[in-house]
Amino acid sequence: MASYQIAVLGDRDSVLGFQALGLTVFPVDTVEQARTALHRMAKEDYAVVYLTEQLAAQMEGDINRYKDDLTPAIILIPGKEGSLGLGMSNIKKAVERAVGADIL
Amino acid sequence: MANTVVNPTRMELTRLKGKLRTAQRGHKLLKDKRDELMKQFLDTVRELRSLRTQVEQDLIRAHGSFTVASALMSGPAMEQALMYPKQSVELTMTFQNVMSVNVPVYHYQTRTEDTGDIFPYGFAATSGELDGAVSALGDVFQDMLKLAQTEKTAQLMAEEIEKTRRRVNALEYVVIPSTQESIRYISMKLDENDRSTTTRLMKVKDMILKQAIEEKQAENARAIRAFGSDGESPVEV
Repeated sequence: MASYQIAVLGDRDSVLGFQALGLTVFPVDTVEQARTALHRMAKEDYAVVYLTEQLAAQMEGDINRYKDDLTPAIILIPGKEGSLGLGMSNIKKAVERAVGADIL
Repeated sequence: MANTVVNPTRMELTRLKGKLRTAQRGHKLLKDKRDELMKQFLDTVRELRSLRTQVEQDLIRAHGSFTVASALMSGPAMEQALMYPKQSVELTMTFQNVMSVNVPVYHYQTRTEDTGDIFPYGFAATSGELDGAVSALGDVFQDMLKLAQTEKTAQLMAEEIEKTRRRVNALEYVVIPSTQESIRYISMKLDENDRSTTTRLMKVKDMILKQAIEEKQAENARAIRAFGSDGESPVEV
């Protein structure tokens, strides 16, 4: 069984703590760097990528590209500045996509 | 619909009837699949919502602790403390088949078994707030992994439901009605042909009968002319 890695992508202060848990941490400063890192991870054996909402807000297209793929699962987490509600709105979008209307 | 040209033949009719049966069976099956997927999807989404709310709250709290810790410690010192993790996580992935959707199931294994033993630094040079922050993150990590699994499942299921829904609608509103239309067209055309053949046969029969009668009458007339018009009728010898 192949083993995979877990990555955390975000600004330095938000992701530093995850390093202690043994996750692979990619501190990035710009959206451009995050984009490059994300695409590289998608090619490598990363099964789960945790991405801060602050970055995700600016790279929606890149995230949607991997939505229907099995790996990586791109999961939005709130960054240091708090939650933007993007993760929740993504759930809403998934429901809308499946049902045709937001029924929850 | 009506603009598709079909040959009004019996063979075509049989073919279309078979197609209609298949389409109707497929439609029923796909509809069942869609309903079951939808049921499971909604369960997943409900779980996902509560999980996400919880994870987000926990993470924000952990970030708060980190902010406090970084206020008490210098940046480089903190980075140094966290630089070499003691813990490492191995993730393996298996798949579960939910109504023909392959969804991932994550299993993870940590290098040190004890979840309390994750601090990669000596306690002497670091502040106590960092311990709290790291252990808070350690606690939330399990939920985060579960969140990843649930969220990916929801995304993949949403895609499959969308696809299935389109198929169901295409069958219900396009394929089945147009096939029925063609079948109706062909059977009407064939019936019409039948009727026209019957009437033609009746007509032909009439004509033949009429001709036969006329021939008979002509023969009679000739016989009367030959024997009946002049002289006596033949006498017995």
